[in-house]
Amino acid sequence: MAEIEIRNVAKRFGDYQALHDINLTVADQEFMVLLGASGCGKTTLLRIIAGLETATEGEVWIGGKRVDHLAPKDRGIAMVFQNYAVFPHLTVFENIGFGLRMQKLPNDEVKQRVERTATLMHIEQLLKRYSGELSGGQRQRVAVARALAMEPDVILMDEPLSNLDALLRMEMRAELKGVLAESKTTAIYVTHDQVEAMSMADRISVMHQGKIVQAASPIEVYRNPSAVFVAGFIGNPPMNFLSATPAGDGKWQVAGNVIDGPHAKGPLQFAIRPEDMSPSESGLTATAKVVEPLGAHLLVTCEVDGKIFRAVLDSDLTVKTGDVLTLAPQADRVRWFNPETTLAVA
Amino acid sequence: METRYLPYILILPVTLFLCLFFLYPFVLVAQQAFWTDSGWSMQNFRDVTGHWKFPISLKNTLYLAAIVVPVQLVLALLMATMVRNMKKGRDLVLYVWTIPLGISDLAAGIIWLAIFEQSGFLNSMLSGLGVVDKPINLLTYQNPGIVFIAIALAEIWRATAIMLVILVAGIGLIPKEYYEAAEVFGASPWKRFTRITLPLLRPSLSTALVIRVILAFEVFAVVQAIGGTLFPVLMSETFNYQFELLNSGAAAAVALIILAISIAFTVLILRLLRVPKGATI
Repeated sequence: MAEIEIRNVAKRFGDYQALHDINLTVADQEFMVLLGASGCGKTTLLRIIAGLETATEGEVWIGGKRVDHLAPKDRGIAMVFQNYAVFPHLTVFENIGFGLRMQKLPNDEVKQRVERTATLMHIEQLLKRYSGELSGGQRQRVAVARALAMEPDVILMDEPLSNLDALLRMEMRAELKGVLAESKTTAIYVTHDQVEAMSMADRISVMHQGKIVQAASPIEVYRNPSAVFVAGFIGNPPMNFLSATPAGDGKWQVAGNVIDGPHAKGPLQFAIRPEDMSPSESGLTATAKVVEPLGAHLLVTCEVDGKIFRAVLDSDLTVKTGDVLTLAPQADRVRWFNPETTLAVA
Repeated sequence: METRYLPYILILPVTLFLCLFFLYPFVLVAQQAFWTDSGWSMQNFRDVTGHWKFPISLKNTLYLAAIVVPVQLVLALLMATMVRNMKKGRDLVLYVWTIPLGISDLAAGIIWLAIFEQSGFLNSMLSGLGVVDKPINLLTYQNPGIVFIAIALAEIWRATAIMLVILVAGIGLIPKEYYEAAEVFGASPWKRFTRITLPLLRPSLSTALVIRVILAFEVFAVVQAIGGTLFPVLMSETFNYQFELLNSGAAAAVALIILAISIAFTVLILRLLRVPKGATI
């Protein structure tokens, strides 16, 4: 059982405020992803949980125990580093067994646990090699095996797949998710890659400028972004925005159309995902600027109301540059944001 | 021009330079060592090793190296580790620590002589504090231990920085992540030093040790300034044969013996600190 609780954590580096009043609870055995652009504070937060960095304010609790004053080794955590940090002077066996040796476990047990995790990560044939003789993907596996061999309550991962090529990354993503689910460990995973976050997480915490903007399940973050930042950051191509002016009684004027919306004071921002539109007889008038046939679908970058607007359409459609389309937004997928607070309006 | 010849052409000047100023004199010295009036022979070697001062000077040289080099190694490692963890003033501290490198070894010897001699700083201080009634002559044949300590101190003071600069550069090459990983996986500061720093520092350690050990077998000016004839070493024997006894054959033989010892230790150090293939940073 290892629930993680971050209470009012803040971090300052001199004058620079890296984290503002972070509150986050990660449930036992949950896979939590910290997602954000570089410099948003996600790695700092992970390092504070690991104990490699000290919070300026706030508390860190793991498994019902306050740990922010404890050394990393006393927190029941293991970590996978971005550059793997596989010790070059030790064999794969000794790398995986490093933490166990530090705990002074008997040789038999070290051997048994190293071999078991090595088999789990499919590197049992590499145990005698040095890290200089391994590929990036193999080193990655060693780093994960080293963390798993500790049988930790919590496993912390700092962009573990970012140095792998695209194909390997996809393969490892699925494998890592399976292995971690099997190990019943609580996991915190830092990444800037939204696809990684969406595909692996039980819950995503989207971070921006040292704050957690939204913490929710991947589909919730995707469908109901709580702020403009989340809407623009998650999803590729990103969500489309158009300005909306009130037309009275919950109706909004968007690019010459009247659309049902919330009962709120205007102006608002109308938002729709590129795949939530289809050509129709009535709707937004869009002039196609760039047409990219991607095989599975057709990505059309158009201009609506003088703004860039992207639509993901059925690949059977024939659209040429300069065509004028009429796109109807799917009513239940339309979202509204307050342009001043940048927050979602229900 | 064919590019495959280019590297050889580029190293040609330095090769010629080395042949002219190093290889050629070396051959001359070897010739002198093995040549006597009666032709090629080992006579010079038999003469110098048979002399009563040879075992003493060999023993003194080895003892001095055996004490000075390990002490310097430990000090240099300690200093390099301290510097690594410094956030401010690191460069200033390094400059101060490397000042002795800028002083010639004879000058260093004279500085330490000024401390230990009868009218030196140490005696002034001791008599000023009332520990001794009148200045005592420390550096005499009755006090071989003090002579040895004075020479060892001067050598440690003078040449630790040579190892320090090499080790500082080496420690700087070890990525911080290895230490963080070791810390997360439960290694104490001492374990991090023995399990991460030392093994990853092997290339720098072997360079530093080889240079320092070779210099230790060549020790001369400091010994001459402080110990004079009280503390014969191999290099002072070479000097005596050449300039006092005007026997350049014997001088060349001692010089070759020093070279042989240096090569033997170099090979040993490189072997002991060899990094297995694939195990480099």
